[in-house]
Amino acid sequence: MCQPIKKYLTASLPNAHPLHTYGSVRKRVKCSFIYTYIHIGSESTIKIKMQFMLLFSRQGKLRLQKWYVPLSDKERKKISRDLVQTILARKPKMCSFLEWRDLKIVYKRYASLYFCCAVEDQDNELITLEIIHRYVELLDKYFGSVCELDIIFNFEKAYFILDEFLLGGEAQETSKKNVLKAIEQADLLQEEAEAPRSVLEEIGLT
Amino acid sequence: MSDVVEKTLSALPSLLSLDSNAGAGKLSSTSKLGNLIRGITELTSKHDEEKLIKKELAAIKEQVASPNTTMRQMKEIMVRAIYCEMLGYQASVSYIHAIKLAQQGSVLEKRLGYLAVSLFLNESDEFLLLLVNTVLKDLQSTNLNEVCMALTAVSQMFPKDMIPAILPIVEEKLTHPKEVIRRKAVLALYKFYLIAPNQVQHIHSKFRKALCDKDPGVMTASLHIYLQLVKESPESYKDLTVSFVTILRQVVGGKLPMDFNYHSVPAPWLQIQLLRILAYLGKEDQGTSEMMYDVLEESLRRAEMNHNITYAILYECVKSIYTVYPKAELLEKAAKCIGNFVLSPKINLKYLGLKALTYVVAQDPNLALPHQMTIIECLDHSDIIIKRATLELLFRITNAQNVTVIVEKMLEFLRQSSNDYSTVDLVGKVAELAEKYSPDNGWFVQTMNSVFSLGGDRMQPDIPNNFLRLLAEGFDSVEEDRQLRLFAVDSYVLLLQGETASLPQCFLQVISWVLGEYAHLRPDQASDPGKVMRLLTRLLDQRHASAQTRRWILSALTKLCSSPVSIALARDVGERYFGSLDTVLRQRAHELMILSQDAGLRGRVLSAEGRLEHVEVDSSLSFLDGHVSEALAAGAAPYKPPHQRQEELAHEKALSLEPYGLSLPVSLSTCSITDRLTDRQSPTRLSISSSVSGNSTELSLKGGSTTLKLDGVKRVWGKEGYLVQQPKEVVEETPLPPTELPSPLGSFQSPVSQTQTASPGPEPDQERQQLASSLFVGVGTHHSVCLMGRTEAAPQRFRRKPKGTGSSSGTSEHSSNSSHSSSGTAAGNTLDSTTAATGQQISQHALGHPPVNGNPIVETPGPLPPVRDGGVAAEIPTGHTDSGTLADPNEDPVPVRPRDLPLISHLPAELSGLARSKLTTLCPGPDPGLALSSCRVYKEDALVLVVFVSNNSDSTLHRVALRFTSKQLEVSCVSGDLVEEVKGHSVATCQYAVVMMRASVDVELAGLVSYQRVPGQPRATPFSLRLSLKHFIRPLTVSTGEYGKMWLSFSHDVKQNLRLITAGDQSPLTATLDTLRDRLHLHVVDIIGSEGIVACRLLRGQPCLLHCRVHADSLAVWLRSPIPEFPDSLLYHCQKALAEA
Repeated sequence: MCQPIKKYLTASLPNAHPLHTYGSVRKRVKCSFIYTYIHIGSESTIKIKMQFMLLFSRQGKLRLQKWYVPLSDKERKKISRDLVQTILARKPKMCSFLEWRDLKIVYKRYASLYFCCAVEDQDNELITLEIIHRYVELLDKYFGSVCELDIIFNFEKAYFILDEFLLGGEAQETSKKNVLKAIEQADLLQEEAEAPRSVLEEIGLT
Repeated sequence: MSDVVEKTLSALPSLLSLDSNAGAGKLSSTSKLGNLIRGITELTSKHDEEKLIKKELAAIKEQVASPNTTMRQMKEIMVRAIYCEMLGYQASVSYIHAIKLAQQGSVLEKRLGYLAVSLFLNESDEFLLLLVNTVLKDLQSTNLNEVCMALTAVSQMFPKDMIPAILPIVEEKLTHPKEVIRRKAVLALYKFYLIAPNQVQHIHSKFRKALCDKDPGVMTASLHIYLQLVKESPESYKDLTVSFVTILRQVVGGKLPMDFNYHSVPAPWLQIQLLRILAYLGKEDQGTSEMMYDVLEESLRRAEMNHNITYAILYECVKSIYTVYPKAELLEKAAKCIGNFVLSPKINLKYLGLKALTYVVAQDPNLALPHQMTIIECLDHSDIIIKRATLELLFRITNAQNVTVIVEKMLEFLRQSSNDYSTVDLVGKVAELAEKYSPDNGWFVQTMNSVFSLGGDRMQPDIPNNFLRLLAEGFDSVEEDRQLRLFAVDSYVLLLQGETASLPQCFLQVISWVLGEYAHLRPDQASDPGKVMRLLTRLLDQRHASAQTRRWILSALTKLCSSPVSIALARDVGERYFGSLDTVLRQRAHELMILSQDAGLRGRVLSAEGRLEHVEVDSSLSFLDGHVSEALAAGAAPYKPPHQRQEELAHEKALSLEPYGLSLPVSLSTCSITDRLTDRQSPTRLSISSSVSGNSTELSLKGGSTTLKLDGVKRVWGKEGYLVQQPKEVVEETPLPPTELPSPLGSFQSPVSQTQTASPGPEPDQERQQLASSLFVGVGTHHSVCLMGRTEAAPQRFRRKPKGTGSSSGTSEHSSNSSHSSSGTAAGNTLDSTTAATGQQISQHALGHPPVNGNPIVETPGPLPPVRDGGVAAEIPTGHTDSGTLADPNEDPVPVRPRDLPLISHLPAELSGLARSKLTTLCPGPDPGLALSSCRVYKEDALVLVVFVSNNSDSTLHRVALRFTSKQLEVSCVSGDLVEEVKGHSVATCQYAVVMMRASVDVELAGLVSYQRVPGQPRATPFSLRLSLKHFIRPLTVSTGEYGKMWLSFSHDVKQNLRLITAGDQSPLTATLDTLRDRLHLHVVDIIGSEGIVACRLLRGQPCLLHCRVHADSLAVWLRSPIPEFPDSLLYHCQKALAEA
């Protein structure tokens, strides 16, 4: 049912995007990807599984960040800087898990994007890896063979998908179909944006 | 349905372009974002990027402020603001507009507004309050999309205080016809539960409904809540076990719709969630566990596919199997599974395998044995994460025999590692192992040197503190102490002769303190008294020494100036630092000068005997009272100890989960001025800070409990460290090479080692084999497997115990008998006390043959049986008391009764109705005709010690008198101080009221009974008995208000985490407090939410207050009392009581 991501990501690359018109964007060559980086924070007494998710590029540029624990701006910056550095320094064949402070970092690279999540130490690392994978699948399906550029230019969509998939750090809907259905429903409104309010309500109700 | 999705997706690009053509404004702003992104991508320098973003932010600011900006344009602006924030630039000016967008925009704009809010704002942000009304409105909207958005926003963040405003509406959504709404509502409630559990308490029944929801998505969502609930109190949800098992069975059996499959595995997230819940439910509960064995086995069996997701399930399954009540078959399967993980070529699985192994070896060290070679390979793995995980595993299997090898590996890792967090962690572990299993002095000091130099100044401060305390307090053997100290001194002298610039400050401080205290032990100190001083002086003048370190050095120099040479040196140093800008240094220099000039003063302050004296310190600083009250009267703020300030800070910062109830810090502001006058909260803290600065360390270390509060600090070596040598001998009796271990896995083992020798590359292999045998030595010797996984904590708690008793027990001058039973209890009280051997021999005997008495005694013994109170006392024998034989204390206590009765019948009538202890015999003494027994009677206002003098011979005893001597107890005679005669086969009773003068953990009461069998020929027999603090504690009945006032006025406090007790359907807090109340005679004043306050008093003495708070799964206890020793000692008894419960 699911092909390996690697395969479909590279296959779709060449003629992929409306975005390829930006010829000057260096990343184009390598990437047909989305890098989602999920961060899970700690330090709070609240036990939330995932603390944060980060997506960043091979150059260390943040593409997406979602924090499920309250942290100050300064802390967030410090954490992402530290983590991006640490992860980029790791070799490709190394373990996908990192012990970092009191957190467990789970990361995976898809084309030019790194997806990274922070979970609590006792949490199941493998399932977190699959959460990343499922998110990539969702993005891929939504954008139709997603690449980094998709995410760069449509990051708000990537956020919407993430919110539909993970809520407050917990997987809320793991069915690919349902997540995309919800997103699509909201997107449809765009078409109707100009229509009178009552029609909108009707759509919402059905 | 799916083709609809496809269609929409394919239509998307056109939609987007269509959309951008729709309005000119829209087009321009879209390209604005595009331009921004393109612009940034093209830039090469960080500086240019900064400039561009600044410009962008200025533009955003201008646009949002303009009244002509439409909501639609605002939406585009928000997107750009989010982008800027992602790059790390503050776009705070747009925050309020994000809220506005969520409030006023159309559905689409609203969606972006909510997104921007969730990205910009923090849970604690005050801006969020502005969102409450919007959320409220949207929740009531008839548009499903709006409701969804509102619920999504609420589940991400919501101001805690405003929950009641929207709670009813969210609850209502639980019955909404659309499953997506129900699901989101459940998740929103989950969020509420996390941030304010009290507020959703009343809707627990609705959670159950959600669990039974016909839609699997809603049910899955409700499991998040249940996981949390079950984790917190498994007892209350045992009835749901069957439901969870049924759900899991259906999921595993593929009964869910295909939609929930992930890579053809049915609902893996759901499975894992259920496995976790089952693990919590089945933990330490055989009945519940039995219900889930089948389904656990089935999950294990079904998860066969070779895919990450099945491994994830397997891993969770294994964890659950090892958490629930053990079942042999399942454990075997799980162990095999772990083996597959460890052996897997995939690095991620290998890592998890190691982790799982780390988790299970605590329960069964034998499991590590089959994987020795893999573990050793992992030790040299190129990935530092794998290495680290392997060390963690080794840490768990360390024992007295492999400690040197493992510690060496850890230090090796530390030398290469640059990660602060793991360094601090690992350094702590090395120190722990060194303290626990150190084979000899030299190794211990060397290892600690490495710890200090590698750990640097980042390590936990209790490591150097413990080390110094260990040196200062010493062990039972004076010679042993001297050697250890001398060894440390020698190694430090050597170090100081070399290059010191690379040594961390805290190591230098340790060095200075030790040299100051113990340099006199050096044999060449007399011939060359200036040597150590010169070294220290050199260090003092070095630039890399911090001001803090210099203070330590000056203190050390002060202690060293005794000979003329050193006095000259000291004067020299004093002159140089006389004018130092650092006030503390200057003061030290002054002191040094004065000391060096005044020989008489020197003699008094620095006398050699003075080192052992107990120094009284007015730790409450009462002499400052006048000054404090003046300052308070002048309007100064009352002093708050650092920990309280920190706590308040933390409260401000972090979300407080529940109302603090009768919050003590809060009542501070309401307390009257008179209260403030006495409000000297933390002299103990003061003394800590002064000892840190090097001022009075030596005093406080010797003063024991008066100042440095180290009691709560984990400390495992202590007196026990040297006991290691005893068990060691014992273990050596068993053959060491792991292949020959008489372990149950013996058969398992040999094939493994055979294949290993057969593999190519014999040389490195042999090396590894060797390493393996040194690493795993002793690991497999555990005969009994402790499956409940509590092995780690329990023995340590007991290790700490002798500390309190050690000092007082030194006084027991006799006899084979007392040492006999105390060592007997240590070895497990199965010893027959009548055995004629000495205690020493007996305990070795027992240790040497664990199978004989069935005690699992190895290096890490399981929880020891509680030491009986009294320790020295044995119970009254069954028959034949006349001959003075003692019965096996382990024998069924019932037969004791009949014999017990006659003596008890002699109990004075006025005491008979009161609570009393069992009878204990005091020393039988050399005279078989005389037997002494005692019994404690707990009166409200006194502890009455009733001593029964039984004359078991035919002749009459004359002038029987008892004398007690104890420094810490005041013993006054109530009756029977002198009995003129005790006829043959009769009993005389004497009563004494005992009061504890100074609170201490327990006290030895030595006594002497004198009598005349033949008139005119006095004889005397010494005896002793042990009284513990808990005998002197009485409940203190106070109201909550009084408690609050007293709390503020007490100055000595101690904080510690205790374990929680779970029992029946009581909450853990209530259960724990009840246990303490019953065992220690405390008064539970009040329990509010997760906090409880408890009070007690010492007989005729001062009160002690306890403030308990449930924190995660432990009980944070904060004790306060006007007497410095009381909280420490009481804490010890609390620990003990809970450990025994």
